Amino acid sequence: MDKNKEPLIHITKRSDMPQKQAWLIRLFAIVAALIVCAIVTTLTTGLDPISVFSEMLDGNFGSERKVWILGKELAILLCVSLGLTPAFKMKFWNLGGEGQVLIGALVTAAIMLYLGETLPNPLLILVMFIGAVGAGAIWAAIPAFFKAKWNTNETLFTLMMNYVAIQLVAFFVIIWEVPKGSGKVGVINQTSMAGWLPDIGGQKYLLIILMVAVVTVLMHIYLKYSKHGYEISVVGESMNTARYVGIKTGKVIVRTLLVSGAICGLAGWMMVAGSDHTITTTLAGGRGFLGIMVAWLAQFSPVGMIATSFLLAFMARGASEISTAFQLNHSFGDILTGILLFFIIGCEFFINYKVHFRKKEGGIEHV
Amino acid sequence: MFDLVSFIPRAVVQSVPLLLGCTGETISEKSGSLNLGIPGVMYVGAISGVIASFFYEQSCGGHVNPAVAIILPLLACLLGSLLMGLLFCFLTVTLRVNQNVVGLAMTTFGVGFGNFFGGSLIKLTDSDVPSIALSATSECFSKGLPFANDLGWFGKIFLSYGFMTYVAIAIALVTAYILKKTRTGLHIRAVGENPATADAAGINITKYKYLSVCIGCMIAGLGGLYYVMDYASGVWSNDAFGDRGWLAIALVIFTLWRPNIAIFGSLLFAALYILYLFVPTGGSMAVKELYKMLPYVVTIIVLVVTGMRNKRENQPPEALGLPYFREDR
Amino acid sequence: MRNITKTFGSDVIANDNVDLDIYRGEILSLLGENGSGKTTLMNMLSGIYFPDHGQIFIDGKEVTIASPKEAFEHGIGMIHQHFKLVDVFTAAENVVLGLEEKGKLDLEAASKRIREICDTYGFDVDPKQKIYDMSVSQKQTVEIVKVLYRGADILILDEPTAVLTPQETDKLFRVLRNMKEDGKAIVIITHKLHEVKEISDRVAVLRKGKFIGDLITSETDAQEMTNMMIGHAVELNINRPEPVNPRPRIRVDGLTVRTQDGVLKLDDVSFTACSGEILGIAGISGCGQKELLEAIAGLQPIEKGSISYVQDDGSSESLIGKDPLEIAAMGVSLSFVPEDRLGMGLVANMDLTDNMMLRSFRKGKSVFTDRKTPKNLAEKVVDELDVITPGVSTPVRKLSGGNVQKVLVGREIASSPTVLLSAYVVRGLDINSSYTIYDLINQQKENGVAVVYAGEDLDVLLELCDRILVLCDGKISGIVDGRLAEKHQIGRMMTSLGGEEVG
Repeated sequence: MDKNKEPLIHITKRSDMPQKQAWLIRLFAIVAALIVCAIVTTLTTGLDPISVFSEMLDGNFGSERKVWILGKELAILLCVSLGLTPAFKMKFWNLGGEGQVLIGALVTAAIMLYLGETLPNPLLILVMFIGAVGAGAIWAAIPAFFKAKWNTNETLFTLMMNYVAIQLVAFFVIIWEVPKGSGKVGVINQTSMAGWLPDIGGQKYLLIILMVAVVTVLMHIYLKYSKHGYEISVVGESMNTARYVGIKTGKVIVRTLLVSGAICGLAGWMMVAGSDHTITTTLAGGRGFLGIMVAWLAQFSPVGMIATSFLLAFMARGASEISTAFQLNHSFGDILTGILLFFIIGCEFFINYKVHFRKKEGGIEHV
Repeated sequence: MFDLVSFIPRAVVQSVPLLLGCTGETISEKSGSLNLGIPGVMYVGAISGVIASFFYEQSCGGHVNPAVAIILPLLACLLGSLLMGLLFCFLTVTLRVNQNVVGLAMTTFGVGFGNFFGGSLIKLTDSDVPSIALSATSECFSKGLPFANDLGWFGKIFLSYGFMTYVAIAIALVTAYILKKTRTGLHIRAVGENPATADAAGINITKYKYLSVCIGCMIAGLGGLYYVMDYASGVWSNDAFGDRGWLAIALVIFTLWRPNIAIFGSLLFAALYILYLFVPTGGSMAVKELYKMLPYVVTIIVLVVTGMRNKRENQPPEALGLPYFREDR
Repeated sequence: MRNITKTFGSDVIANDNVDLDIYRGEILSLLGENGSGKTTLMNMLSGIYFPDHGQIFIDGKEVTIASPKEAFEHGIGMIHQHFKLVDVFTAAENVVLGLEEKGKLDLEAASKRIREICDTYGFDVDPKQKIYDMSVSQKQTVEIVKVLYRGADILILDEPTAVLTPQETDKLFRVLRNMKEDGKAIVIITHKLHEVKEISDRVAVLRKGKFIGDLITSETDAQEMTNMMIGHAVELNINRPEPVNPRPRIRVDGLTVRTQDGVLKLDDVSFTACSGEILGIAGISGCGQKELLEAIAGLQPIEKGSISYVQDDGSSESLIGKDPLEIAAMGVSLSFVPEDRLGMGLVANMDLTDNMMLRSFRKGKSVFTDRKTPKNLAEKVVDELDVITPGVSTPVRKLSGGNVQKVLVGREIASSPTVLLSAYVVRGLDINSSYTIYDLINQQKENGVAVVYAGEDLDVLLELCDRILVLCDGKISGIVDGRLAEKHQIGRMMTSLGGEEVG
């Protein structure tokens, strides 16, 4: 009857967008997000967005020290994301990064406190390392075991493990608190500096950054070229196929989560031994969730994750800088990060789908 | 020794945010949308109500009209949560982005949103404590039934709550009825179970998904509002709402996607949540922290047990978490 | 209803300037190979897809059908090949799904109307039964009721007989004839020529998205229809070389299998598969073929019975309780082409090379994978089986059905198996690809491989297999000689044990 009933917008899948164009779209999304962030900033705080952005830049690159802190933050966030990657590649929704980081940190702190006086420093650091990696691995393997055995929903299981870990830390914080009643552990081994990671070339954070660089390369190789990595991909793509070719899916799930948790535990070790030297319930600071974003945005490519973790670490550092400079609430950064994330994840649509608008003449326009 | 008469009312008020969050998430999940943004939505719902009532209280200088004091924050809360729901739908339904990723981003955003505006309001009040007290509004919200005090323990256990408690239970029952018995409910469930089928039957998938998620978010947002206005007696402090949003999501599985069961489920969770206050721990603060683990540990056990049972009716909606694209072949 | 004219043009041309007329009181067969655009065309009539060009006229008036709902409003109802039913709903809930009737939802009234419809046309549905408890033919009945409940007078059935036994098919055809008498327009999509002859008044043929022509069924014959469908005459006969020196290879004895929910899937099944012969397995879908093959392949836990592999020297080893890896470790080369190609046999998102590795990636002690050998294998398979693909690094999901199957079969026979299990290998393939697959299977047979071939097309089973094992509800109904057996005999055996008519 009338042509106008033809749908206004017609969407088809596409699989052939050149990488270059895809990255252009992502770049465009980031720019759009920044514009929206600027508008939101002006509306809610009355500040001039240019000065806010320049303050953010300054907060990240303003001094050598700030650059090192950015590097450390990037490294730790990247480390958590690298830990989460093999699990997500297997389509195992590991929302338990927070807990795995925390439990690694808790074990590190415990060893620092109890063995700090007795072991020589290199050995102490090694024991802390083993403890943290082992604890993280076990913490992640528990939900994996139940997933493998009874197909228990891992999304919520790992999430709940975060809170169990937080309460465990809360318990020990009260036991270890200095001074009593303060609810804080304070800096551990402040005078002896036992268990603190050594400076390299006078730089406190260089060791952490180098270690994460190594982990990045190893993870890239592990996922791409090893038999384990291949098994992870097969299990992630199709459980049935894995079963059909005789891959023991349960074993792969548990093994992969051991790796995943171990690297998250390593991040906890870095934070306690290398940067904070104390433990609190909020130590992980949402990195377990942010790490998922980092990995997902980079489509689980360890190399791409360097870029995405830079972006998110930059936002977080910048946000904390503006919150002090303009006496804004620290949470303002979360709002800006949220807006940025919405734009970046939203833009994937334009990479994966083609939108056709109806033209007046009834033909089709390709966008 | 264990004081049930004071324990039960505390458990009940603790359970209401969980119940509202759980009911909201159930509606959303029934339509196939696993909304992990619910914790953020509840923060946004709460802060929207707080902002509205803050400015209302400021403008009328303490002499509040009870009806306005209730309706303004309520509307603001519904609007705030609705916008969050629309955001989730736009990204997951229209732009077909992974639901978990959007949900997590929304939680980051929502919690930040709540804390930022909460913090800003706190700064406006110039008070010494890091919180805002909206006692006048809260009084309207938490007013119990008139004869509650005359009926002894019965009044205390059943009648002493603010109106939102009863509203929450009513919402849960109505939701259960709608999902099970009405055409709309049938359509929502069909969209969540098998969108291709629903589509072929002429059901507008997009419409029902938007509808379910947005209504779900609005109900969950009320949970946040209840927490501030009634439970916390009108005191907003940053991060106080905590992890209740996540517990509400876990509760959905525990109650097998049935809001009527959620009334009791949320009560049980709430009881576990506050048990540490009632169990003698010999004054050790540390042991109390261990007791706080209980609701999470129980959730885990519940997850494991429900995972082991295999009855068809008790499984999650089949298309939960999956985007729908009609021409996907 | 007159003059349905449609034109399409896009990157993939599913339908190219198709004109089609459908008349009331007539059964029209829409004939064409797979991928010829039959289903796409009909989906456009039922509102699932929207045409890029062209018009649809109903009773002389031009209409637009933008959604399934609008299709219903015009009285068009489609029964899809994959049933569009919600498993956890009852039949009645499924029937009323999507209807915007006034008043509250009244399932009782709906059930009553469903029973009335059943009585009118002669089928049998329990409105309160849950879909997941139903057999395939019951589900199909629910689908038809659903369409009739909406008052459809143009019915489209997409390959309705693919999953039915001959007896169920006869029943369906009776119902369709009743509807035709009632003045309804019926379109059947099919590629089975004998059904075209049996049921339809007119036949329209599509080839590669183009409308080739239509014929009055009574004035044509199978050869003419085939020529129109394929474009050139093909030999309809499938080769069947004589088995060479058959020796027992797989011996199954008293095999009993239950699903996790405790449903009995195989009940005391015993048979022997021999080297150098093709053993066909016939049965209605879901009566245990899948479990039988998976049990032999080591993918299905079994309750009772034995499966043993017989070596050339007559010694035998049990395969029970072994997974595919352990079976391979015994030195038994067993290949399995599963029913679900992209969901089980291959990984859809991986490229050809990575899919070739699935079976062999463990080889060698290195922790790293070797991609060179599988790449060579992939190239060899592409070369020898004429797989049409841009290259070996293309994800298999981008290949067409026939090419996907060639990749899978190519990989499975590359390991020079002694046993080849195959489930519905030609399902969804066009005729040329099907013949390529039959040839490959015959080659394996001549190489002395014991082939087990589960199929759904009885004509093919009868032309290809040496012996045919007929399953009925998890039991063996009988094993017949493929050269002597007759089609209706097998059909009866599929529905009742031993093939006796049920009284």
